[in-house]
Amino acid sequence: MVELSTVDLLIASMLVMLLALLSLRQQLNISRQLIIAAVRTAVQLTLVGLVLKVLFENATLGWVMLMALFMLFVAGREVMMRQERRFKGWWGYAAGTFSMFLSSFTITVFALVVILGNDPWYEPQYAIPLLGMLLGNTMTGIAIAMDRLTHAAWEQRHIIEARMMLGETSNEAISGYRNQAVRSGMIPIINAMAAAGVVSLPGMMTGQILAGALPVEAVKYQILIMFLVSAGTGLGTLAAVHIGARRLFDSRQRLCLDRLREP
Amino acid sequence: MTVSKAPPLLQINRLHRLMVGPLSLVVDEGDCLCISGASGCGKSLLLRAIADLDPHEGQVSLQGVPATAIEPQLWRSRIGLLPPESYWWLPQVKNHFRNGMPLPLEQIGISAGILDQPVARLSSGERQRLALMRLLSNRPRILLLDEPTANLDPVNTRLVEDVITAYRRENKAAVIWVSHDVGQVARVANRHYEMRDGDLHATDIEGRQWLS
Repeated sequence: MVELSTVDLLIASMLVMLLALLSLRQQLNISRQLIIAAVRTAVQLTLVGLVLKVLFENATLGWVMLMALFMLFVAGREVMMRQERRFKGWWGYAAGTFSMFLSSFTITVFALVVILGNDPWYEPQYAIPLLGMLLGNTMTGIAIAMDRLTHAAWEQRHIIEARMMLGETSNEAISGYRNQAVRSGMIPIINAMAAAGVVSLPGMMTGQILAGALPVEAVKYQILIMFLVSAGTGLGTLAAVHIGARRLFDSRQRLCLDRLREP
Repeated sequence: MTVSKAPPLLQINRLHRLMVGPLSLVVDEGDCLCISGASGCGKSLLLRAIADLDPHEGQVSLQGVPATAIEPQLWRSRIGLLPPESYWWLPQVKNHFRNGMPLPLEQIGISAGILDQPVARLSSGERQRLALMRLLSNRPRILLLDEPTANLDPVNTRLVEDVITAYRRENKAAVIWVSHDVGQVARVANRHYEMRDGDLHATDIEGRQWLS
């Protein structure tokens, strides 16, 4: 494996600088964002590298859980921020975070205990990257699905109420939009699985190969990850949309759009 | 032993929602109660609260049974609200009539062939009349009609009035009808109210002040 030096990374960063300059000249108004994002990548990844180093040296369940919860809460915030008409108050945060906890944590623990079978099962070298992959993908799925659901409820409010005026339950009136929301949350991972290896080489596998792993071994891990991620995204999206669709109505099955934030 | 009188068909007790109420009202079988009033005075809010579509204070009962004791979807199919604007969510007109047609469409001046058409091709007047048919196909005991003839010409207006009156008589139903048309009130109503300052004020059918 070729070790990368700081100079190597600086050279790569010049490409980003070049792009920033180009966007500045084209007046794309995106150079600032680009630079900030690039700096964030460098700082955040360096920090997480250090944190992982310490965590690997102190592999106790307590520290691993603390790291896992921190990742969950950050992902929960990200899910919330990506929704335009999210639920007001703590619901906006809790619906997504709880669903991610439910799906990502369960599936990570399942994979660690049943499939990988390390001793101890929470071995951070496996637990943290696995959870990270799951959270990252589940986050996207849940954010897309919840955004779709709350948007549909707002835009189709007249139809939803018209159906209830004709004696449909709130569940019947929203079910079409609810299913559509779940589908749109799951499409990215389905597409990723369908295109894997043909159109794209997934990042994790590429990383492993670059780091010197045998391609066949890297592929097996990638397949495992893909399966875990699709299960996690599906479960998380289902849970979040289910919670969200219920929260859109009160106990008398009235559509409560005042529970959504204005965009 | 006392013989208890049957509870009224619809009883509204201190209903309060935003600027509407608190107001109380008793509607008996066969009543056709018209409500007039400036736009924005809360007529539609009142109808929505009766149909339990918005949170409200106070109690509404159907034949002595309060709304809170009935599943919301059952309540709304018995208390049918016809909003001023109708909405359609399936591709063809006929897809919306799962319970069949309550009466021949010719009675409201529409030919039966319209059922096979896409909803997008309906005129606003056709939509309004078909929305009424869709509501009647649920056989509600109470009709809450929010300007049901607003988009209709005089001939079709009369057809719709006749259909609603016949439905009310045949089904022992009652109607609460929001209308601005003094002539229409005179043709269909047996009670007339004007909505002012969130309350209902009894008015005579010709529109003159009767009680204040």
